[in-house]
Amino acid sequence: MSAPATQSAGTLLEVSGISVSFDGFKAINNLSFSIGPAEMRAIIGPNGAGKTTFMDIVTGKTKPDEGKVLWGDLSRNLIGMNEARIARAGIGRKFQRPTVFEDQTVFENLLMAVKNDRNPLAVLFFKPKFKDLAKVEELAAEIGLADQLSRKSGELSHGQKQWLEIGMLLAQDPKLLLVDEPAAGMTLGEREHTTDILKEAAKTRAVVVVEHDMEFVRRLDCKVTVLHEGSVLAEGSLDHVTQNQDVIDVYLGR
Amino acid sequence: MDMFKKTPSLPIFIAVLVIFTLAVTFLSEAYGAGAISTSFVKTLGKTLCLALVAIAMDLVWGYTGILSLGHFAFFGLGGYMIGMWLMYARTKLIVVESMASAALPPTPSEISDAIGTQIFGVVGSSDFPLIWTFAHSFWAQIALVVLVPGILALIFGWLAFRSRVTGVYLSILTQAMTLALSLYLFQNDSGLRGNNGLSGLQNLPGADAISQDYISVWFFWASSLALLLTYLLATFLVSGKFGSVIRGIRDDEARVRFLGYSVEGFKLFVFTLTGVIAAIGGALYYPQAGIINPAEIAPIASIYLAVWVAIGGRGRIYGAVIGAAFVSLVSTYFTGGQAPDINLGFYTIKWVDWWLVLLGLSFVLVTLFAPKGIGGLFDLISHRMSPDRHGLPLGPDKGSLREEEAEK
Repeated sequence: MSAPATQSAGTLLEVSGISVSFDGFKAINNLSFSIGPAEMRAIIGPNGAGKTTFMDIVTGKTKPDEGKVLWGDLSRNLIGMNEARIARAGIGRKFQRPTVFEDQTVFENLLMAVKNDRNPLAVLFFKPKFKDLAKVEELAAEIGLADQLSRKSGELSHGQKQWLEIGMLLAQDPKLLLVDEPAAGMTLGEREHTTDILKEAAKTRAVVVVEHDMEFVRRLDCKVTVLHEGSVLAEGSLDHVTQNQDVIDVYLGR
Repeated sequence: MDMFKKTPSLPIFIAVLVIFTLAVTFLSEAYGAGAISTSFVKTLGKTLCLALVAIAMDLVWGYTGILSLGHFAFFGLGGYMIGMWLMYARTKLIVVESMASAALPPTPSEISDAIGTQIFGVVGSSDFPLIWTFAHSFWAQIALVVLVPGILALIFGWLAFRSRVTGVYLSILTQAMTLALSLYLFQNDSGLRGNNGLSGLQNLPGADAISQDYISVWFFWASSLALLLTYLLATFLVSGKFGSVIRGIRDDEARVRFLGYSVEGFKLFVFTLTGVIAAIGGALYYPQAGIINPAEIAPIASIYLAVWVAIGGRGRIYGAVIGAAFVSLVSTYFTGGQAPDINLGFYTIKWVDWWLVLLGLSFVLVTLFAPKGIGGLFDLISHRMSPDRHGLPLGPDKGSLREEEAEK
């Protein structure tokens, strides 16, 4: 296996020995995984390999039966914290299906995501400052929605919604982005743009991308982790894992 | 202000309310032509209070997506809290007056016993229960109008939201709360006179010389002012980022969590705040109604509240006001015996009996065919169409069109 992550500047997220089962089915089986502070990582694997469950556990949606999820310099255990606290700690998540607030404008969606005090009273008396507006404008330009700020996001196309959600993710200014199939339903041009956005983000923070599309993964040009039946099957560069016989047997060969 | 810019309906509402208030004042028996009877002024004043609690319902249901079927419990509690002071203070004046002619001046404990006998005689008691401790003090009871329902809402909401009870289960839970409260109050030893409730609330202590003609208009003004302030507060709440977040909770609560907002905290805030608003509405309503009893907070009352908001159009504040005013006034018309019976030859439709059927039917029809309610009519006038988008997105190459739109 190529350079272990623990030898880099430090570990941002370390998942160790987690297992979870639903009605007897082991979705995650003694999974260990770690990622550094400014790193891009792609997770691939067949359906049911536990990719989405892994994200659910890290973001606090699902409680694992055992194991630890350690976060940041202080190695705080995230298990037991609720979703909102984990998000505030610096983990952002993009869902497979684009989930934006369709009844609200692009501007409102982005402003809601921009990093600020999340306490109800602070939100109630919140007045957007210049830096908040500038941040919204900047992100809107980055995701190609600068002209659409006043449109209801329900009117956007599928690809635009995907970008809006990526924009909201970046607005949160997370240290770790968990991105589930960002390129689903996008044209080739849109995919390339998405790759650029993610690569740019990975320069300053950790990005974990779950993706089925091998071409997209190749373009990300990063370390790949292959999951199978809830644990890591192989890890390394894309070329390295695609030549792995186990990976070919369970995933690529089919 | 930002609020006015984002809500073009706000100045219109203020103007309509001011004109309405002035019109009623100058048509009242006390201050004008006398075209509106005192009892109808009271009905209108009560209607404003109902519009006020409907705004609270709209905030909690229409904006935050919590279908609370228990907000009338807070409304009733507010009424009970102010009713305790009204009853105590007025009974005390009467008792002191009647004892003044006695040979020996009465001791404080004699006065207290006499008041107790007067108030609790109907339930076979003469002792003041513990909950009447502050009934002698106007300001203490005013504080309790806010505190008692507020704390109940806070505790109930904390327990419910913390365990992530949502949807229909939460609605059932709130129904159980209001049912339990009304059953408790029905008991004679609840300390609030059982099913007799509190009565004579229209008589303000020390104001016997003032005619109800004037008092009714004063309460009408107070209700109007309270409605205005509630409307402004509600507009302020929903027009900024707070409004964004609560509408987000309504539409996709899990997504809001992953943005880092504490959904439970926001729900609890809105639930408690609207509970307090409802209580203030009740504290203004029951002195105009004159009587409050446990039947007022029966589960059905809170369901009516949801029906008003649905018919008026939820998710817009003026919709709640229109729904409450329209339905409760029409209801007064039909159940008050003013509506003429319809003789079909073989059967006579008596509106007193059939009004509820009509209301239920219109609720079903509005839900099915006009989900935006009466408020949706204003969208037709202002040509504000919301996109009617069904079918699947066509995917990247067809841009933002969906199946059915592309076929056109």
